[in-house]
Amino acid sequence: MNKNESLELAHWAVKVAQRNGADQVAVDISKSRDISVSFHERKPETLTESTRNGLSLRIFAANRYSSHSTCNFKKDALEKFIAEAVAMTRYLGEDKFRTLPDPKYYQGIKDVDLKINDPDYEKVTSQKRVELAGRLEELTLSLSDQIVSCSTEYGDNKTFQIKLNSNGFEGYHEETDFYYYTSTTFIDEKGGRPSDYDYSEAKYIKDLAPLEQLAQNAIERTRRRIGQVKMASGRYDMIVENRAASRILSPLVSAIQGRALQQKNSFLIDKLGQKIASDKLTLIDDPFIPGGMASSLYDDEGMATGRRVIIDKGVLQTYYIDTYYANKMGVVPTGGSRTNVIVEPGKKSLEELVAQCKKGILVTSFVGGNVNDTTGDFSTGIIGMYVENGKIIKPVNEMNITGNHTEIWNRLVELGNDVYTISAWRRPSLYFEGIEFSGL
Amino acid sequence: MNEISRRKFIKFGAGGLALLSIPYIFKANPLLAMTGVDSQDAGLHDYLQHFEIDERLIRDLISAALEKGGDYCDLFFEHTLSSSVGLEDDIVNRASTGVALGVGIRVLEGDQTGYSFTEDMSREAMILAAKTASNIAHDVREVGPVEYKAYNRPSFYRIETPAENVGIDQKVELLKTVNSKVRGLDSRIIKSQVFMSSSATYMLVATSEGRIAYDYQPMLYIYSGCTAEINGRKEQNKFDLAGRYGMEFLDDNKIDRLASESVKSTIALFEAGKPPAGEMELILAAGSSGILLHEAIGHGMEADCNRKNESIFSDKIGKPVAEKFVTIVDNGTNPNLRGTINVDDEANDTQETYLVRNGILESYLHDRISSQYYGVKPTGSGRRQSFRFAPIPRMRNTYMLNGPHSKEEIVKSVKKGVIAETFTNGEVRIGPGDFTFYVKSGYLIEDGKITMPIKDFNIIGNGPDVLKKITMVADDLEMAEGGWNCGKGGQSVPVSMGQPTVKVSSITVGGVNS
Repeated sequence: MNKNESLELAHWAVKVAQRNGADQVAVDISKSRDISVSFHERKPETLTESTRNGLSLRIFAANRYSSHSTCNFKKDALEKFIAEAVAMTRYLGEDKFRTLPDPKYYQGIKDVDLKINDPDYEKVTSQKRVELAGRLEELTLSLSDQIVSCSTEYGDNKTFQIKLNSNGFEGYHEETDFYYYTSTTFIDEKGGRPSDYDYSEAKYIKDLAPLEQLAQNAIERTRRRIGQVKMASGRYDMIVENRAASRILSPLVSAIQGRALQQKNSFLIDKLGQKIASDKLTLIDDPFIPGGMASSLYDDEGMATGRRVIIDKGVLQTYYIDTYYANKMGVVPTGGSRTNVIVEPGKKSLEELVAQCKKGILVTSFVGGNVNDTTGDFSTGIIGMYVENGKIIKPVNEMNITGNHTEIWNRLVELGNDVYTISAWRRPSLYFEGIEFSGL
Repeated sequence: MNEISRRKFIKFGAGGLALLSIPYIFKANPLLAMTGVDSQDAGLHDYLQHFEIDERLIRDLISAALEKGGDYCDLFFEHTLSSSVGLEDDIVNRASTGVALGVGIRVLEGDQTGYSFTEDMSREAMILAAKTASNIAHDVREVGPVEYKAYNRPSFYRIETPAENVGIDQKVELLKTVNSKVRGLDSRIIKSQVFMSSSATYMLVATSEGRIAYDYQPMLYIYSGCTAEINGRKEQNKFDLAGRYGMEFLDDNKIDRLASESVKSTIALFEAGKPPAGEMELILAAGSSGILLHEAIGHGMEADCNRKNESIFSDKIGKPVAEKFVTIVDNGTNPNLRGTINVDDEANDTQETYLVRNGILESYLHDRISSQYYGVKPTGSGRRQSFRFAPIPRMRNTYMLNGPHSKEEIVKSVKKGVIAETFTNGEVRIGPGDFTFYVKSGYLIEDGKITMPIKDFNIIGNGPDVLKKITMVADDLEMAEGGWNCGKGGQSVPVSMGQPTVKVSSITVGGVNS
C-alpha cells in the first residue's frame, strides 16, 4: 500500500467511525519493512525479511475513549471492526477529559529535513546485507584466538506512517534505520564465560561506525572482563560509562510524565522550579537533531514538537504532559512524548574522569534492578572496573548499587565530553561521588 | 459443542447487554470463524476453514519454501484477538481491542534459518513469503510428498467461559467492584487502578514432515494497583493474577484477594526499611521466588546458547550442580498456568523437562534446531511471541520440587539474613552467569527471628555458584500467580515459575552500608 492509498484508507476509517457515532477519531496507519541477517560460525544463521502493516484507531465517543489495532486491512473486516470499536466504547464510563488535542497545537510544525530517511535505502542489496554481517564476524574472529563464540547481526528498517486526527491534523513521515553488532564470548580460568558486544545504529547507512571499530571494541570489552571479582561493600565514587548511563537517567524522565504525576506515582510531584539535581545536570529534549534516533516534527498525538529544557543546572523546568492528563490536571499540555534527550556534556574525556578518581567503580553495564517510582528508591546490579588512584585495576561484577533518585543526582559532580549518539538518550559518562555499593 | 460450557456461558451472559466486545470483532474477520463450534472442541477441519486454507495450499507453500533446498520447513498460522479494560480515578475510562492475523514461514538448512511472515492471507502473498524464507537454502533437492497427520493434542487449559465471549459491560462492572473494594478497605488509598486484559490465540502449525498441530490458547490477566498516602509519604504497590483461565476463574474470592492484597501490600511498605548491604543468608519465600530459578539456571539451560557455547552451563550436563535434594523442572503441562502449552510452536509435544534431577544437571530446553544438533528429542520448548518471529528455546513453567526441610526449620537456621517475598523483575547474563532479581518486599531475620519488614532491594548472584549454595529446601511448593513475561531475543512469551521455601547460604543483597 502506498502513501495515497494509506491516506485514503485513513480518511475512510475516520468516516466509518464517525458514521457509527464517534465524535473524534485518530487513525495511524503504518507499514514497516524489516530485514536482518545474523552470522555464526562463518555462515548466515538467520535471514529474515518481512513487511508489517498496522492500523490503529483512537475513538472518542460521548466523552468515552478506547483504542484499537489490527493488521487486517480488508475493508469489509475493517468496517465491522470499527463499528464494534465505537459500539463498545459507549459501555465505558464517562470521562470528560478524553479529547483529541486542541487543533492550535497542530500549528507551527517546523519545516526541516530531519535526515532520518536515507535516500540510499533502496540501494542496499541482500548481498550487501549478508556481506556486512559476514565481514563483521570475520573481522571479529580475526582479532583474537580467545573467542569461544561470536555472533554478528546486521539489520535495517524502513517505516512509513500516516497520522490523521479528525479535528484537523494530517501527518506523514518516512524513516529508515540501520544497525549492526558483534558479540563475543571468552572463557576465564574459573569456567565463566564473560561476553560483551559492540553496536552501531544510524538513520543513514553511511553513518554506521566502521566494522573494524566494532570488532575491536567487542573484543577489548570482553577481554577486560576476565578475572572479575566482587569488592567489599561500601561507598565508592561511581563513573557510569556513557553506554550504560541511560538506565540511570530514564527514571528521572519517567517521573515527570503526566500519568505518573497525576496518579501520584512519582517522586517528582510538585517539584517544578525546584532543584532536583546538582547544577552540573542540564537535560534538553531536542526533536530536531539531524539523524537523531528519536527526531520528529510532531508527537504521538500530532502536536508540533519543540526544543525544550527539562532540567536546567539541576532545576526542573517542565513536565511531559499529554492532552488527557493536562485536561485532568488543569494545566497546559506540554506534549507527552519524549524525543531526543540530551544530557549536556562536560569537558573531560572518560580517561580523564578515571584519572581523577581515587577509589571508585567505573560501571560499564547495569544488570536488572528497579526503581520505586513513588519514592525514588532504587537498587540495581552492576558490572564494571575497579579504579584506584586514577588507574583501572581490575574487573568487578556481582555488586549492587542502592540509593534514591531524589538524592543521587546531587552527587553528580562531573560529566564527560563523550556523548553517546546512537540512542535517543544522548548522554556522556557521568561521575557520581560516594555511592552505596553492596558486594562482599 | 460442549453443552455444559454453553449453559454456563448463557448464565454468565444473561445479566447484562453482553457480547459487545470481542465476539463481533471475531466474526468481523472475513475468515469463516468457528461459528457454532466451541473453539476448544474444534478439529483440524475447523481450523483449516478458520484460516481459509486447505491441505493443497499447505503443500504449495511448503514446496515454494523448499524450492531452493533446505531440510525442513514449517508454516505457523495465527489469529489472536486481544482486549483490555482499565479503570483509573474511579472510572472505567479506557479499553482496547486488537487483532493479529498472519502466517510465519520458516525454512531450515542445518542450523540455518530463513524466515518471513505475511499479514496478507492471499495465496500470492503467502507464496511470496515462502520464497523469501527459502533464500537461506542453496542446494536444490527434491522434496517428496508427505502424508499429513493431525496431531491429537492434550488439553491442559480447558475453560468454561472464554473472556472473549463476555461483554464489555460485565467487565466494566467487574473492575468497578474491585475498585470499590479497594476504596472501602482503607481511606488512606488516594489512587486506585484496576486493569484486565485477555487474549485468545488460534494457531495451526504445519511442517514439511507431515505434522499438523493446532491449538486454542486463552490468557487472562487482572491487576489491582494503588497508591496510599500517610503523613505526607506515598507508596504504591499492586497485586495481579494471570493464567490460561476463563472468566469463571474470577470468583468472589479472587476479586476479594485482588483488592485486599493490593491494599495490604501497599500499606506494608510504609513500615518497611532497607536491608544492610553485602553478603548474607537468603530465604526465598514459596511462590514467585521461582524467579531465582528462571534467572540463575533457566536461561542458561535454553539450548540455543549452549549450542553456541555462550552459556556457563555449556559443559555441565551430567555433572553435579546442586545438593541431592535439589530437583528443578521446566514443565509445559501444569493446568492453566501462564507458561502451559498443549503443543509447542513447532508442533512438538510439550512435556515436563528435568533441568536438574537430584542435584545433577540433566537436560537443556530444546527447540528443533538444538535437538537435531545434540541428537536428542525436542523437549517441546520451541516458542515464539507470534507469527512474526521464528521459534527459539524458551522456558514454560519453571520450578523446584519439594525438599526435605520445613519453612520453620529454615527460618530458625538463619543468623543474619533476609526473606525475599515479592518480586518485580530479574535479569541474567548467561555467559558469566551473573543474575539479579528485584525484591519488592521481604523481611530481615536476625538469630532465627523476623525482626523488620524491608523493601526495594536488588539481589545479585552467580548462577552455578548460587545453585551450590542452596542448603535447604522446604516441602511447601507454590506456583506464582501473577502475570510473568519473559523477554529474550526481542520476543516476549508468558511464563510461570514456582518454588518451595528455599535457603541460599550466601548472596549479595543491595542495601545500606552501616
